[in-house]
Amino acid sequence: MILTIAAKELKGLFASPLAWMVLTAVQLIAGYAFLKRLDDFLQIQPQLVQLASPPGVTELVVAPLFATTAIILLFAVPLLGMRSIAEERRNQTMVFLTSAPISMTQIVLGKFVGLALFVVLIVALVTAMPLSLAVSTQLDYGLIASLCAGVLLIAAGFAAVSLYISSLTTHPMAAAFGAFAALLLMILMGEAAGDGLRARGWHLPAALVQVFSPLKNFEPLGKGLVDSYAIACSVLLIVFFIVLAVRRLDGRRLRG
Amino acid sequence: MSIPPDATTIYARGLTRRFGAHSAVNKVDLELRRGEVLGFLGPNGAGKTTTMQMLTGNLAPSEGEIAICGVDLLARPAAAKARIGYLPESPPLYRELTVDEYLQLAVKLHRVPKWKRHDAVARAKERCGLGDVSRKLIGTLSKGYQQRVGIAQAIAHEPDVVVLDEPTVGLDPNQIRDIRELIRELGGTHSVILSTHILPEVEAICDRVQIMHHGSIVYSDTIAALKAIHSGRTVLLGLRRPPADAELAALPGVTKVEHAGDKLIRLQLAADRDPTEQLVALSVEKNWGLYQLAPAQTRLEDVFVNLTR
Repeated sequence: MILTIAAKELKGLFASPLAWMVLTAVQLIAGYAFLKRLDDFLQIQPQLVQLASPPGVTELVVAPLFATTAIILLFAVPLLGMRSIAEERRNQTMVFLTSAPISMTQIVLGKFVGLALFVVLIVALVTAMPLSLAVSTQLDYGLIASLCAGVLLIAAGFAAVSLYISSLTTHPMAAAFGAFAALLLMILMGEAAGDGLRARGWHLPAALVQVFSPLKNFEPLGKGLVDSYAIACSVLLIVFFIVLAVRRLDGRRLRG
Repeated sequence: MSIPPDATTIYARGLTRRFGAHSAVNKVDLELRRGEVLGFLGPNGAGKTTTMQMLTGNLAPSEGEIAICGVDLLARPAAAKARIGYLPESPPLYRELTVDEYLQLAVKLHRVPKWKRHDAVARAKERCGLGDVSRKLIGTLSKGYQQRVGIAQAIAHEPDVVVLDEPTVGLDPNQIRDIRELIRELGGTHSVILSTHILPEVEAICDRVQIMHHGSIVYSDTIAALKAIHSGRTVLLGLRRPPADAELAALPGVTKVEHAGDKLIRLQLAADRDPTEQLVALSVEKNWGLYQLAPAQTRLEDVFVNLTR
């Protein structure tokens, strides 16, 4: 059932020009960033050789490329997510799903999976660029895998937040902007709040606040470090906002 | 909760829905048997749509119970919802899907087994006359066709209960005839609840009628009884302090005593006797508080206007 809804979401996305525009823009921007980094790398390569253990092309070109991708997704995912609930409620098509013998959890998870699959497609297309370097050089596949996982996790977090904000309103643009603002706030304040709490010696609250700091959770994977706490935090963020969205929509049924 | 007999498809008792302090629906009882078409009437804002949303599991009642074919809708929503088809006031159509894709999605979501899906969609299309637009995008269809797609999604999974909220709004007279024909056909095998403002429509296709006003059911009767009234052998009696039914039934010429809503009593009369004079005399003598005595209204429209104004 979840996959049926996810497939429907994807079909809906590709039927709108928005999905194609997002895909095009991501490819253009990421492509430019990739080529620019590669060009810079080729220029400093002679100096790098003189270092004792020089950073490779994966660290200097691929890692920044994925960071750029994460930033683009910060803009793109709220726009894609605004459709999923706000627009359905605005068009009064949500009844089609809520009248069917499926639970609200299945509906929200279906929408989340649909959105996440679209993100996977974006990340796959971006990953294809550095993989093309494999023809001529040695790549650090471990780092690339960890970067992929990191971007997917942070984008899935964006998707969960966008879904929740999308469930608060019937105005798609408000949903998109609200989600973007919420994510930006979390990124800007999450780390500061964690540091502030830690400075006062409140380690448990600081550790908990890290759940709402997507960028901080991305950093270890971005360096190729598999930090299980950061991964757990990313997953918790996703679960937290999906549960909120389900409760929100169920509350609408219960309380009107 | 008491288990209704098999033939009962919808069984709702004491449905109440409050929005804050305002109660939109108040203690509504509703029962529907297989093969019945129920006309659900009421002025705008009477609570019809809210009641239908509760019956289809889209809104939880503040109080009351609902069973669909004996399955408790509140305790086992998935099992109960699989037996309902619902067309809301504005059809929930995905404009970017083709008719075929949309109906496939509808039967999939309603858990129709894979091997039955193709036939189910084909049958729904045939019944709603959608054969030649299968591959068109819903967004490009005319309003009449969109309405039919809405009905098709409500019946494609062969539900026991079909709930239609104003299905003929915005259609041209020919389309209205087609849809009526379809609803009458559906009434043969399914139970149908039909909300509408078009009263002749109700008289033409419904078996029973319920009128809602300010959140409560104010009238409930069969169309057959309504038609009997039409033949003129019925009087509607309003008594402030009504006696026991038996006392009225004992009057010469009274064949049947029925209660028709708030304090109104309907007497069916034998063709050759008219007990009106005795009735008035008796009412004065026994202080029943007679305030209305009229040959029963002859048309649904009169009933409606009287009860809801």
